[in-house]
Amino acid sequence: MLLELKDVSLAYGRIVALHGISLTVDEGEIVALIGANGAGKSTTMRAVSGLRPVLKGSISFDGQDITKMRADLRVIRGVSQSPEGRGIFPGMSVRENLEMGAYTRRNRPEIDKDLERVFGLFPRLKEREKQSGGTMSGGEQQMLAVGRALMSRPKLLLLDEPSMGLAPMLIQQIFDIIVEINQQGTTVLLVEQNAQQALSRAHRAYVLETGRIVKEGTGAELLHDPAVKDAYLGVA
Amino acid sequence: MNALLESARRADERRAKAAIGIRDRWSSLPRPWRIAVLIAFIALLYSLPGLDIPLITTPDTDFTSVLFLCAVYVLVAVGLNVVIGLAGLLDLGYIGFYAVGAYTVAILGSPNSPVVVKYPWIVCVPIAIAVAMLSGVILGWPTLRLRGDYLAIVTLGFGEIIRVFALNSDITNGNRGINAVPTPSEADWPSWMTWFPTIHEGRPVFSVSSVIGFYWLALTVVIICMLGVRRLERSRVGRSWLAIREDEEAAELMGVPTFKYKLWAFAIGAALGGLSGALFFSKQTFINAQGFDLFTSILWVAAVVIGGAGNQLGVAVGAILLAYLPERFREFTDYRLLIFGVALIVMTIFRPQGLLPSRRRTVELEDRAKEAPVA
Repeated sequence: MLLELKDVSLAYGRIVALHGISLTVDEGEIVALIGANGAGKSTTMRAVSGLRPVLKGSISFDGQDITKMRADLRVIRGVSQSPEGRGIFPGMSVRENLEMGAYTRRNRPEIDKDLERVFGLFPRLKEREKQSGGTMSGGEQQMLAVGRALMSRPKLLLLDEPSMGLAPMLIQQIFDIIVEINQQGTTVLLVEQNAQQALSRAHRAYVLETGRIVKEGTGAELLHDPAVKDAYLGVA
Repeated sequence: MNALLESARRADERRAKAAIGIRDRWSSLPRPWRIAVLIAFIALLYSLPGLDIPLITTPDTDFTSVLFLCAVYVLVAVGLNVVIGLAGLLDLGYIGFYAVGAYTVAILGSPNSPVVVKYPWIVCVPIAIAVAMLSGVILGWPTLRLRGDYLAIVTLGFGEIIRVFALNSDITNGNRGINAVPTPSEADWPSWMTWFPTIHEGRPVFSVSSVIGFYWLALTVVIICMLGVRRLERSRVGRSWLAIREDEEAAELMGVPTFKYKLWAFAIGAALGGLSGALFFSKQTFINAQGFDLFTSILWVAAVVIGGAGNQLGVAVGAILLAYLPERFREFTDYRLLIFGVALIVMTIFRPQGLLPSRRRTVELEDRAKEAPVA
């Protein structure tokens, strides 16, 4: 087991956002978290990457308890997140943004190899290498955010809403790339509003409702679950 | 009115384009050329007190003293720029560090301070830098976990606390202040400083009758610090500050130890602030709590923002304007708060990136404007 959350609760001030979440991600999997707005999907991501301290419960990663570990040290252990809203550094060029992704690494030839890999996955980024991150389109920024998260060579890639604000064709493309990244050996935990895409691509998925996990199963199971269909897939 | 604003805006755009043109041409010059031009410019700066340039020299005050003040303000701006321009932390109480540096020199070096020790200037200044830096760490440790506006308020309070403490404490002689603040003297110079001239036109350079030594010293310190900060800016430390300033949360997700680097920015800024205060009051030789008011602190922030936060050349220009204009145009003195206030408002509306902006900052501000469109 690569990642395990046990009974994790988290609050913003007095507002409790997660009520004892437990979930696991195995090595090599794509796991999706789906749910409505405000269900706690992004909060779960923030707990895993360490942006928010948890109130209760424990998080272990790669056999180590990381519940109280600082976010920057989790990156060194192999957790990497593409944040909600992309979090591109606007004044840095595409290239500099990608280099920031490799901030924790020192091995130059290896970093260059990964740069080539990211440019291979997203040829558009290569074309825009020198352009400022802030002046790119939404789709390009999303590619940049995913590419940048890969630059730390993570064991676990956290993707928060990778399809948000993208045109349907681009959504297809970005999910194709996520599957490709996964097949190259990176485990993926993914938060999505687009439940259709997420469930059809993920090995397993969890359904979140108001800070609790209400359902779990394989992607295919949930895709055909009448309740899930009703609530999240928007088709009868 | 609208036509006037429009033409002002167009004129400013032309000026900004010209500035960018000059910068591009500058960076396309071969390196030896750039170094040669830079050396010539620095030589000009050193000889400014001797050249009696009409219109620029100040009729009412000693021109060398004005140049010295400009140099000290530039040093202040360079330090404040590390905090505001590079790391993106708003510090409204920067004058507190300036005061800590100044008082450290006065207390340790003056025979008339309540503390019995009397160290020479060359010993006092490094201690002053260290104490100011320490005060930066002590202030930053609990407060740098706060975000944006909270930090501004806490630093504002810090500046005031230092001033009120200086006004009421025994160690600072309260409002009576401390006189005979030590002045650099050749007798204390370590051997590696003998290159620094001690006599100019028959008078000792560090004296009331000839302040040229203070100017040369301050200018030398400014040049060294600007080169140092530039190096830092281009290192991994500068990269970390840049990431924190542009998106702190994303920086954390890249693995940047954000708190550590924010604390570094604060400490380095504080050290430079302390050094400026130490330099200024070594010439002044008298110190009391009067010189450390909140307005000066806020004017410094204004100078950094107006000049162009993030760009050392820009903040230097802002600082020189702040120091020089009231001395050149005496009538300006009474209105400088008003004028700088209005300038700040006009700038935030029309040119938030400053007179000589940093290229990255300009993109950042445009990006922020896109994210939060004003209705």
